[in-house]
Amino acid sequence: MTFTLPPGLALQKVDERIMTLNVGPQHPGSGHMRIIVQIDGDYIVACDPDPGYVHRGEEKMAEYRNYITNIPHLERPVIHDSCNVLYPYVLGAEELLGIEVPERAKYVRVIASELNRCIYIMYWLAIYGIFLGHSTMFMWPAGDRELLIDLMEKMTGARVTHAHFVPGGVRNDLPPNFEDVCLRQVNYFEKRIKEYAAVFYDNPILISRTQDTGVLSREDAIRYGTTGSVLRASGVDYDLRVKEPYDVYDELDVHTNVMKEGDSYARSRIPWLDMIESCNIIRQALQKMPKSGSVRVKLKPNPKTKGLESVYKRVESGRGSLGCYIVSDAKTEPYRVKLSVPSFRNLIALPNLLRGEKLGNMPSVYWSLNYWPVEADR
Amino acid sequence: MLKDLVTPENANVFVGKLGDILEKAIDKPLGYAINWGRIWSLWPVHIETACCSVEFGAASSPRYDVERFGIIEAFGSLRQCDLVVVQGTITRKMAPRLRLVYDQMPEPKYVIAMGACAITGGLYFDSYNVLPGIDGVIPVDVYVPGCPPRPETLIQGCMLLQEKIKRMKARKFV
Amino acid sequence: MSTETENPPTDAKPEVKTPPPKPAPKKPEAAPVEMPAFEKSISDKIVEKFGDKIEVGFVKEDRVRINVGRENVHEVAEFIRDGLNYDHVESVSGVDYPQDNEIEVVYHIGSYTESSLARQVLVLATRAQRETNPIPGNDATKLPTLRDVFYSVEFHEREVFEMFGVFFEGHPDNRRLLLPEDWADLPPLRKDFAIKGR
Repeated sequence: MTFTLPPGLALQKVDERIMTLNVGPQHPGSGHMRIIVQIDGDYIVACDPDPGYVHRGEEKMAEYRNYITNIPHLERPVIHDSCNVLYPYVLGAEELLGIEVPERAKYVRVIASELNRCIYIMYWLAIYGIFLGHSTMFMWPAGDRELLIDLMEKMTGARVTHAHFVPGGVRNDLPPNFEDVCLRQVNYFEKRIKEYAAVFYDNPILISRTQDTGVLSREDAIRYGTTGSVLRASGVDYDLRVKEPYDVYDELDVHTNVMKEGDSYARSRIPWLDMIESCNIIRQALQKMPKSGSVRVKLKPNPKTKGLESVYKRVESGRGSLGCYIVSDAKTEPYRVKLSVPSFRNLIALPNLLRGEKLGNMPSVYWSLNYWPVEADR
Repeated sequence: MLKDLVTPENANVFVGKLGDILEKAIDKPLGYAINWGRIWSLWPVHIETACCSVEFGAASSPRYDVERFGIIEAFGSLRQCDLVVVQGTITRKMAPRLRLVYDQMPEPKYVIAMGACAITGGLYFDSYNVLPGIDGVIPVDVYVPGCPPRPETLIQGCMLLQEKIKRMKARKFV
Repeated sequence: MSTETENPPTDAKPEVKTPPPKPAPKKPEAAPVEMPAFEKSISDKIVEKFGDKIEVGFVKEDRVRINVGRENVHEVAEFIRDGLNYDHVESVSGVDYPQDNEIEVVYHIGSYTESSLARQVLVLATRAQRETNPIPGNDATKLPTLRDVFYSVEFHEREVFEMFGVFFEGHPDNRRLLLPEDWADLPPLRKDFAIKGR
């Protein structure tokens, strides 16, 4: 090479410049997992996610408990969205045990599922605020979700980890006068979250931090097998409540929100639009619900499946499509339970999106993938 | 007060044991003042271990507002924190990291074990990857039961920790 | 291998092979419920291309199951992607059958681009040889990877490797994902790994 460097500059090999950092389990921007990033100055060169810090062995434990006693521990991957985590398991167990669920139970399940979706998305927005350093974005959603947690507490008795869905319906009927209280709360909640547009989504700081970072194109989103809000923010119109309706979703009018940009801003906006849609669904369900009826088909204490079968059911949860694959061998315990969780499916996008990003953009890209680490580890 | 100071044991107190007088006169109020400062600014380390972190986050929300007790979450560095709230299940992968976090914190430091999983392993007691309680890893001051404990229970646990700190000796070295 | 057998788990238990009183919606000649037409067309296309290299497990509403041997699974997966327009894998699970001495790996494949396949999930199952004393990575429990066909299986296959000991040949990165780094015991989801006290 026959050129001379200007004074003050020196030639350096790339390998010596790359530094490996642990964005570890104890970090204000990492959640319950570790991300090993290799950076060159300010830009991320490679990224290696290291989940498994909350791997509690749910699937192994499910083989030692029967279909009913599996419910408390299978709902704990996402404790505030517990109805949606249990939903595919309960649908699968009902098919294996051969039970038909009463109509009112299906409506109660839909209402509980939508309320849980809103509760989850509000907590996700709150943590997004912590990652971005926006304390109002933590306080407002964390406070407003308490309105819906009150409703769930009236319905099921617990703030989180409701354990309300059982094979055969729901555990208890709605308390008296629940419909009016729920309608009032949901209307107020919808008015309140529409105010979020002015404070958060039109906020120039949030826009400059999240727009055009971590852009996931449509082909990549399909190829990586992503799901839920990540998929819909990249332009793919896929929502299981519309494509493969379960329970009474085929009688309700569900509108899918799609955005085309595929950057972090779109991924943070789609769940907010989904929450407004959930309020509509709850109102429709409250109107169409049969006014009385049983909500549970009581089973014998240790229900046994009839044959050697396998079943795969999936449900749209707050993060995306959650599937449950149950293999039974005509005993009281399932032979194998596999939860196919949306967070684990979206994780493959993380190393690919962070390549080339600035280190300061890492929290906004990482959490916008709608990733809940406890669920991905099961 | 002078009468208590001059006892048969330290009758020659004015000559040689001035340090003792200072200690008796000042140590108790000074200790009380130091402990008062510690109680009302317990800063927890930002480490979320498992599902109880949702209720810990809800405790910082406007309704339950644990910040009025001085427990402000979300600090960048653990070198300036003095409380570890172990929220939920500790797995075998997480245990060495928890010990590292505890060792890196400066004295005085306190530990609250939150949730049934942190106390004895809870619902996951027979899983292959879960520690049956964190007593073997770090010394615990207050146990808060529940699965998950309600935010009010966590606040009660923090107040119990405050009572415990009030009774502790404020300074280890004279 | 006939195309009208029931699910593979029944192969090992001869007493429930074809019991006469059991309702068998899969057998057209005695069926009170016949196979749904669209799903049957999917399974017919695969049978027509591969003949007796594959076996149709079941054809239910929205779910079609195909059982393949490990030599042909890569070819079948390529046909599923190119010929039938499935584009991503939703989950990869392993199921341990110690009485057959085999570990079954089940792929659930879905489609986002093809609108007629929006509800369908194709279940592709292969079997790998099982060893009593496994050395994960260095024994006979191997399967070809489907990562070059469907990129979305990358982390799922890593998880099956650490949970069952099934090595995927051709996968660039067969490493631990969820278990602790110093795990030196049997792969946990096998049936001979008993959790404590049970």
